[in-house]
Amino acid sequence: MKRVYAKEEWCLGCHLCEYQCAFANSGLKNMVYALKGKKINPRIQVEGDNKISLAVQCRHCDEPLCVYGCISGALSKDENGTVVIDTEKCVGCFTCILSCPYGAIMPSDDHKAVQKCQLCLNNSVGEPACVKGCPNRALVYEEIPD
Amino acid sequence: MVRDYLYPEYEVVRDRDKCIACRVCERQCANEVHRYDEELEKMTADSSKCVNCHRCVCLCPTHALKIVKSDHTFKVNANWTNEAISDVIRQAGTGATLLASMGNPQEYPVYWDKMLINASQVTNPSIDPLREPMETRTYLGKKPHKIERDKKGDIVPNTPPRIELSTPIMFSAMSYGSISYNAHASLARAAQELGILYNTGEGGLHKDFYKYGPNTIVQVASGRFGVYEDYLNAGAAIEIKMGQGAKPGIGGHLPGAKIVGDISRTRMIPEGTDAISPAPHHDIYSIEDLRQLVFSLKEACDYKKPVIVKIAAVHNVAAIASGIARSGADIIAIDGYRGGTGAAPKRIRDNVGIPIELALASVDQRLRDEGIRGDVSVVVGGSIRNSADIVKAIALGADAVYIATSALLALGCHLCRSCQAGKCNWGIATQVPELVRRLNPDDGAERLVNLVNAWTHEIKEMMGGMGINSIEALRGNRLMLRGIGLNEKELEILGIKHAGE
Repeated sequence: MKRVYAKEEWCLGCHLCEYQCAFANSGLKNMVYALKGKKINPRIQVEGDNKISLAVQCRHCDEPLCVYGCISGALSKDENGTVVIDTEKCVGCFTCILSCPYGAIMPSDDHKAVQKCQLCLNNSVGEPACVKGCPNRALVYEEIPD
Repeated sequence: MVRDYLYPEYEVVRDRDKCIACRVCERQCANEVHRYDEELEKMTADSSKCVNCHRCVCLCPTHALKIVKSDHTFKVNANWTNEAISDVIRQAGTGATLLASMGNPQEYPVYWDKMLINASQVTNPSIDPLREPMETRTYLGKKPHKIERDKKGDIVPNTPPRIELSTPIMFSAMSYGSISYNAHASLARAAQELGILYNTGEGGLHKDFYKYGPNTIVQVASGRFGVYEDYLNAGAAIEIKMGQGAKPGIGGHLPGAKIVGDISRTRMIPEGTDAISPAPHHDIYSIEDLRQLVFSLKEACDYKKPVIVKIAAVHNVAAIASGIARSGADIIAIDGYRGGTGAAPKRIRDNVGIPIELALASVDQRLRDEGIRGDVSVVVGGSIRNSADIVKAIALGADAVYIATSALLALGCHLCRSCQAGKCNWGIATQVPELVRRLNPDDGAERLVNLVNAWTHEIKEMMGGMGINSIEALRGNRLMLRGIGLNEKELEILGIKHAGE
């Protein structure tokens, strides 16, 4: 499946992907309205410092520990292999947060459910906004054969 | 000193309504202009540090930033301009030469903009390049004086070594050191994909780039950095740099601070030592001396590579070019006074040399008059800004052009003219690893390829309009040009008629 891959060599640690992610998932059409004066809670997070950094987000694992651990059936793999969350079913037990080896699942703003990267397939962007907004091609969205 | 305070020339303007305080500007500015004030909970900017490179402007996700020219001024004076006054104040404070970079920005005439291109109407058909073949392929080097045939009547292949270009454009010399590894990688990859050549400049050739040899011109300058047998044989041609348009008559100086790691290895000088290129080649004081170097280099590469001699466009350029043509060189490269640099004394950059258009016209004419035009190809550089400049250059007699400033613009440069500071926010004119990383060669090479392809397409369109279907038929075809707003002398030097004639 097509996944978002981070290329550490080219990551500048500018954190723009985080803001693009927060905006894409805000449901709003204007970034200023969406993000001004707010603390963002993005589904992608840049790890590292000015010297070495890379952006981490859901790997959509073939053996998804989060899906196996989910007690309410809220997390599942869809037909494309994308790990998706049904927030209606999520009870906020956060088992998935504990089981994700990448730290790619986090509580949503209201802490009632979890949120995770769904490759922007569920929002109006339609393709990963982080990849589109990366100024140095440090994030790519492609299928890499195993 | 407080009394020397000069108000910033450019000011950072932030639209507070749009700023989301994401701090990208702060993270991306190597000059530390932007800062997030924790107490005020907003972004602040110190314009005095701003070089106007537009990195923050381009990366700001809400486009909340712009840079404006300050309206702060000394009492308005047509003679003592703000720049003239500020320069005196700076020098009175430091006692130092003023340093500058990139090409001469002064308001001299741009002759490209005073020439117009012809098109066919009625009496000779124009050609549609989308439907008919259009040849931009060109060869640089000596042309044989006559065709020789063997006893069977077959042509004897006696062509001297040449460079083949898919389009008459090459990336001109920028050394590894003056620009970054990633900038070189972008140029090399683009040259390979385009079927053209890039030029190592005088800093040697990084071992990683030997594989791009067939698309590389290796340069030998007065400092002879990184020159050895493998280097001379690595490229498709060897260029002797006698001069540079931005700083004719003076050498170069790459500070020891930049001579680290791979740059030290590539230049073959110890880490931390200043890389000083002398003003002259210490073994060249005459055309005869130049001839010796030309043939030493040819000997070193078994006469398999053409030798280019690059000079700055100066007053006696035609006579100098005539001498070079007789020295055994295969190609003469002329760099006009608008040509760029990574660092040059400001007064030299702004006042020395002549326009490339005039230099080209007079060199081409002189070589024709002397019957030696076919002994050399002529390549011109020094601010080729677009495809129309190229068409005009070729019509004036150039075989191909060198581009560098426009190539850097394609890589992200915004002509802030601060290369000498070594903190290029676009990862081009810097050796700071965190900054170099900002130029991804995947992106850089693609943008260079786009630019040259776009220009080539436009060249074909313009040639088609003139009813010409090959670059060879445009070369030196000065009837395709008309001057506008030029006086008799200028028209005479350019060898063109005035519009309406």
